Amino acid sequence: MKKAYVRPLDLRHGSVDLSHGGGGRAMVQLIADVFGRAFDNEWLRRGDDGAVLPAPAPGERLVVATDAHVVSPLFFPGGDIGCLAVHGTLNDVAVMGARPLYLAAAFIIEEGFPLADLSRLVASMAAAAREAGVPVVTGDTKVVEKGKGDGLFIATTGVGALPGGRDLSGANARPGDAVIVSGTVGDHGMAIMAQRENLAFDSAIRSDTAALHGLAAVAIDAAPGLRLLRDPTRGGLAATLNEIAQQSAAGIVLDEGAIPVDPQVAAACEFLGLDPLNIANEGKLIAVCPAGEADALVAALRSHPLGARAACIGEVIADEHRFVQMRTAFGGRRMVDWLAGEQLPRIC
Amino acid sequence: MKYVDEFRDGGIARGLAAAIAREVQPGRRYAFMEFCGGHTHAISRYGVADLLPAQVRMVHGPGCPVCVLPIGRIDQAIRLALDAGAIVCTYGDTLRVPASAGLSMLRARARGADIRMIYSAADALALAQQVPQREVVFFAIGFETTTPPTALVIRQAAQLGLGNFSVLCCHVLTPAAITAILESPEVRQLGSVPLDGFIGPAHVSTVIGSRPYAHFAEEYRKPVVIAGFEPLDVMQAVRMLVRQVNEGRAEVENEFTRAVTEDGNLKAQARVSEVFELRREFEWRGLGLVPYSALRIRPGFAAFDAEVRFGLDYRPVPDHPSCECGAILRGVRTPVECKLFGTVCTPETPMGSCMVSSEGACAAHYTYGRFRDIPITAEA
Amino acid sequence: MCLAIPTRVVELLPGNQAVVDLGGVRKTISLELVDDVAVGDYVIVHVGYALTRLDPEEAAQTLALMAEAGLAGDGQAA
Repeated sequence: MKKAYVRPLDLRHGSVDLSHGGGGRAMVQLIADVFGRAFDNEWLRRGDDGAVLPAPAPGERLVVATDAHVVSPLFFPGGDIGCLAVHGTLNDVAVMGARPLYLAAAFIIEEGFPLADLSRLVASMAAAAREAGVPVVTGDTKVVEKGKGDGLFIATTGVGALPGGRDLSGANARPGDAVIVSGTVGDHGMAIMAQRENLAFDSAIRSDTAALHGLAAVAIDAAPGLRLLRDPTRGGLAATLNEIAQQSAAGIVLDEGAIPVDPQVAAACEFLGLDPLNIANEGKLIAVCPAGEADALVAALRSHPLGARAACIGEVIADEHRFVQMRTAFGGRRMVDWLAGEQLPRIC
Repeated sequence: MKYVDEFRDGGIARGLAAAIAREVQPGRRYAFMEFCGGHTHAISRYGVADLLPAQVRMVHGPGCPVCVLPIGRIDQAIRLALDAGAIVCTYGDTLRVPASAGLSMLRARARGADIRMIYSAADALALAQQVPQREVVFFAIGFETTTPPTALVIRQAAQLGLGNFSVLCCHVLTPAAITAILESPEVRQLGSVPLDGFIGPAHVSTVIGSRPYAHFAEEYRKPVVIAGFEPLDVMQAVRMLVRQVNEGRAEVENEFTRAVTEDGNLKAQARVSEVFELRREFEWRGLGLVPYSALRIRPGFAAFDAEVRFGLDYRPVPDHPSCECGAILRGVRTPVECKLFGTVCTPETPMGSCMVSSEGACAAHYTYGRFRDIPITAEA
Repeated sequence: MCLAIPTRVVELLPGNQAVVDLGGVRKTISLELVDDVAVGDYVIVHVGYALTRLDPEEAAQTLALMAEAGLAGDGQAA
């Protein structure tokens, strides 16, 4: 019998069509040629519906985290939706104190999406996963009709192993603790904002998207009494700190002058009337630790390439109202509240 | 950032704070209204009130064009998008303002209205040129700072002979608003304005100059100090106002000399007069009908007037009966004195004009200052 | 109202436009409302339009006035 000829995917000029999500040969080919080739590992090569994973070591517990990524534009200075999808979920696992082990990824592709872009994004994702040492062991692909999706959506789930005795949680902060951030805030959100055609400005701002499990491990080693780690994403530093305040039933007081902000991010925020504290990040950690461990923790973070601008930015206080307040560099005080709705540039 | 960072210096702030504390007369209270929403925002964001002596009270005025934009006007913009199928271009500030029928411009977008946020009036004009088969309407709000750009795009549209571009003009005027405050019911009741002076708007004044404020100083015997937008500008202006009050003067002084002259920007003023004329009256949210307080497009440019082009009628929509925005805008009530504040009325669910924009007195207080009120709790 | 920022003109463009810089971030804006702007001037920009030039001497004087406020009184610097 002659072997059937399978026309190769035109990865340069072709585009995704509905058959690629239909469960038939076209989908198998897409998965093999694009995803299988990029992620290549023993689980994907087996071709089963699910991946069989070894049990965690004795005393260890499992951590699972999931994220959906709908960023637009798909490509931005400093990254793309592919590596963002890997970093985001790895970071959620890492801030629990767990060692990231495996990733699963689901792709929802809009009909007509260029295969060249898809290959590029999947390659970026695979590179990010490889760099982090975390394989994408299983996945799913769907194609939706034109107009029903924004190019590409990616949902990732990550599994990690948490050693016994470690309990990092937003509920652990106590009055007197130090609040530390691992670097400059607002970079990712402003990198995205700069691409919005009707707001376009020129700058060197790049997204800070990064896998933080290495940095998290450094933090955990440096501060035995570490209360929590968090990665502030949408809503910025303000949202995450308010979440912590709520969970811990405490207040937080920040020192504005200590919060690191890249000068171009600050300038871009001025142009648009935005506050860097409310702008998204994708490669930063917030750490809360006992006051006595703060110096050691900051020093340890600074010794890591992703934590070069780490700083202690405030402290936890007793406050039944759970406010996050700030001493402004100007000398007054104000609240740092959640922002209502989405950040929209002001004219006023 | 040059000319920005220097005017936010904490060291100089401490010096100014000490100077103001020295100059206030013991036992005397001072109430100054900062007219402009940008000043309200600066005061809240930097915590300027903490550096002023307790005797000095800052009263937040109605200089927030989004706050004073009546619901009826947003309804018009939404109708243009939903019913007339026009692309409506707007500055970001208006998108979340609640309008009638549970809609806002953002919610209308979810229903299929083609509403687009722009940074500049020029973007709306460019869009109209790109899509000649669609009607493009620019929702023009703002005080005198924002009006010249609108005048320019209308002139350009006329020069280009564009057939698909129009402007829904809701530009309002600062002096008229100040008059409305000075002639509020409380004045008639109490016989005097419960205010000792005004901090005049920064960028409005770069356009209109400092001369228009002389009228208020003379007529109502209230000092006006035009101040820049940075927190040090505000403090210096407060210091100058305190001095005027102590010395019994009622003059117009200019703190923002680096950008404001007596004449203002004559070129910008000329462009504005060419394209716009005064409306006899205009409804301001929270202040009611204010005479000669707003602009409309001149008949010569009627082809670019959305109200004419689409035959729009204006339907006023009243605010919640318990809403105290009117009194708050006039400076006679504070946000916490409104029953709705922080309960039914929050930035997520604004009931009235003072909460809809981050510069409204209530929004600014809620977002930046409510930790000073006890016992309001922060709920997620 | 009126978010407007002082920016440095770094390049003049045809059609009465210019590239301005604030803290390293650049944007193209219109100079239609201001005359005789040169590279190196500072202009105040609002919604994509320059509204006026910023006067560096006045700026310096204003700052000096503010700073000296802290020096007066008990003669001690703030």
